[in-house]
Amino acid sequence: MKKWMEKGGFVVLTLIVVCMSLLPFLWFLDTSLKTQIDITASPPVIVPSGSVHFYRSAIENYNLLHFVKNSTIVAGASTVITILLSVFAGYALARLRIKYKGLIMGGFLLVSMFPQISIAGPVWKILRSLGWLNTYQGLVLPYVTLTLPLGIWITASFFRELPEELEAAARIDGCSHVQTLFRVIVPLAAPGVFTAALLVFIYAWNEFFFALLIMTEKSYQTLPVGIALFQGQYTMPWGEIAAASTVATVPLVLLVFLFQRRIVRGLSAGAIKG
Amino acid sequence: MAGLKIENLTKSFGDGRRVIDNLSFDVSEGEFCILLGPSGCGKSTVLKLIAGLERQDEGRIYIGDREVSGLTPKERDIAMVFQSYALYPHLNVYENIAFPLKIRKMPRQEIEEKVHAAARLLDIDSMLKRKPRELSGGQRQRVAIGRAIVREPRLFLFDEPLSNLDAKLRSSMRVELAGLHKKLGITTIYVTHDQIEAMTLGQKIVVIEGGVIQQIGTPREIYDKPANLFTASFIGMPSINLAAGRFIKKGEEILFRSGDLELSLSPQQWERYAGKDVTAGIRPESLRPGEGPVRGSLEHIEHIGSETLLYVKSGDMRITAKAPADYEGRAGEDISLAVNAADIHFFLDGKRLAAGR
Repeated sequence: MKKWMEKGGFVVLTLIVVCMSLLPFLWFLDTSLKTQIDITASPPVIVPSGSVHFYRSAIENYNLLHFVKNSTIVAGASTVITILLSVFAGYALARLRIKYKGLIMGGFLLVSMFPQISIAGPVWKILRSLGWLNTYQGLVLPYVTLTLPLGIWITASFFRELPEELEAAARIDGCSHVQTLFRVIVPLAAPGVFTAALLVFIYAWNEFFFALLIMTEKSYQTLPVGIALFQGQYTMPWGEIAAASTVATVPLVLLVFLFQRRIVRGLSAGAIKG
Repeated sequence: MAGLKIENLTKSFGDGRRVIDNLSFDVSEGEFCILLGPSGCGKSTVLKLIAGLERQDEGRIYIGDREVSGLTPKERDIAMVFQSYALYPHLNVYENIAFPLKIRKMPRQEIEEKVHAAARLLDIDSMLKRKPRELSGGQRQRVAIGRAIVREPRLFLFDEPLSNLDAKLRSSMRVELAGLHKKLGITTIYVTHDQIEAMTLGQKIVVIEGGVIQQIGTPREIYDKPANLFTASFIGMPSINLAAGRFIKKGEEILFRSGDLELSLSPQQWERYAGKDVTAGIRPESLRPGEGPVRGSLEHIEHIGSETLLYVKSGDMRITAKAPADYEGRAGEDISLAVNAADIHFFLDGKRLAAGR
């Protein structure tokens, strides 16, 4: 009896938390499928009509797909570059005999702790002098910098878990350090590398502040900025914003659902020996 | 295929602890050489230095006529089998064995032939498609050996390859390894702490303790003529009986005396050591029930099937002796043990004394 109540309580509590975090998403999903009239209806209409009008409008009138393209390029490039650098750095920090390893790792962590606002000015100045404002690389560079610590920490902790004898075996079998890394280490640490990649991608996909600062031209803006600027001085295109938000969220949700297991394994690595 | 020559090898770890101290030994072409010692004696480090996985502080390593001291593992052209097998978990058996050949960019056709030949030799050709995690310990070990032999290396290194297997499998793998070595004839360096593996597999044994070579010899030499107290007590199951005492000259006779124990010895052989404090070592199988100088009470008897072990208390010494399987003594009885004087080893300052003549 007591056990049953404990279990029931747990389920109820979980449901409440899940509902609370899902509610905004469900609400704009709901909104995006309504008609213009239903959106402002009072009392609110719960069951949407299933109209895709707002999606068509977001694409045709607000250039939604263009923002999707920009976001995909920026987030994709940031992820690839960050992960490539993280794999090299993580391997070196996990395995090579380097002095002050702890200090270096701590330094990375420190860098990632700076509030964005405190580095925004210098970053903007650097990018302007490089002529990189309103370019893809102008946004990729700060994203890579800001996500590298996370990438390095995750990959390093994964590499550290792998038995050293495997690397010795690879080297005896004729691998160079780089071959060892890409033929043995990375495939084995795939869950970790994958988790890092996903987290970096989500960060770059969602990031708003730098994107707003650096991309002032509409043709380079990413999804979050683009959506935020949907509203004009006199208009509030609520339905289109909801539709665009759904388009921005669904890929992430799908990615996380598809690779749920790997991510959980990735995040809990180092806690227990594989 | 080639011999191996090690000269004055020395290695310290970061904290300044010297793990290997001025080690030198040779292994001739095709020889099966065992590095034997307790855990932590530095034997695995020697293997890593030979493989090129670690760098020595001083000393040289030659494989064949070529000095390899500064070369990478790849350039040394050696193969190694690890204690944990170190199979690549993401590759199947075929890919594991083919891995070293693929890295060397061998043509596909050739790789296939070699992998199948190695797999047939090791009797694992039916499981080429399986992943390492689907294999038993013994099968994994075969795959690891397959990966090593497929390349026909100049040198074969084994790092305690059987210690993760259960006792029964271990003895059958031992026989197979010996057979494999006979068939392939590749120079082999084999690290173990297991004296049975050392005695049965080795043509040459290098006994190491504290990073220093204690003795080099054939299994027989090491067992019959241990160079020092360490080798004497490390080799042999149950281990050798040791008694600290002194050579005493009594009239024309030379005696070894330790407490109540008195052994009379050949004067020509030992007279020159009269008055010296020495340690006597007698292997359990050299002591057998019968009229003799060793007397005591039988504390405990173990019948182990093929023979009987006797634990005897003599004065404040505990002595182990061996008796035939049908021995019928009982615990608590008095017993006397006979010993052949030629089977007693004497050590002065820890080193074996050679009998004079």
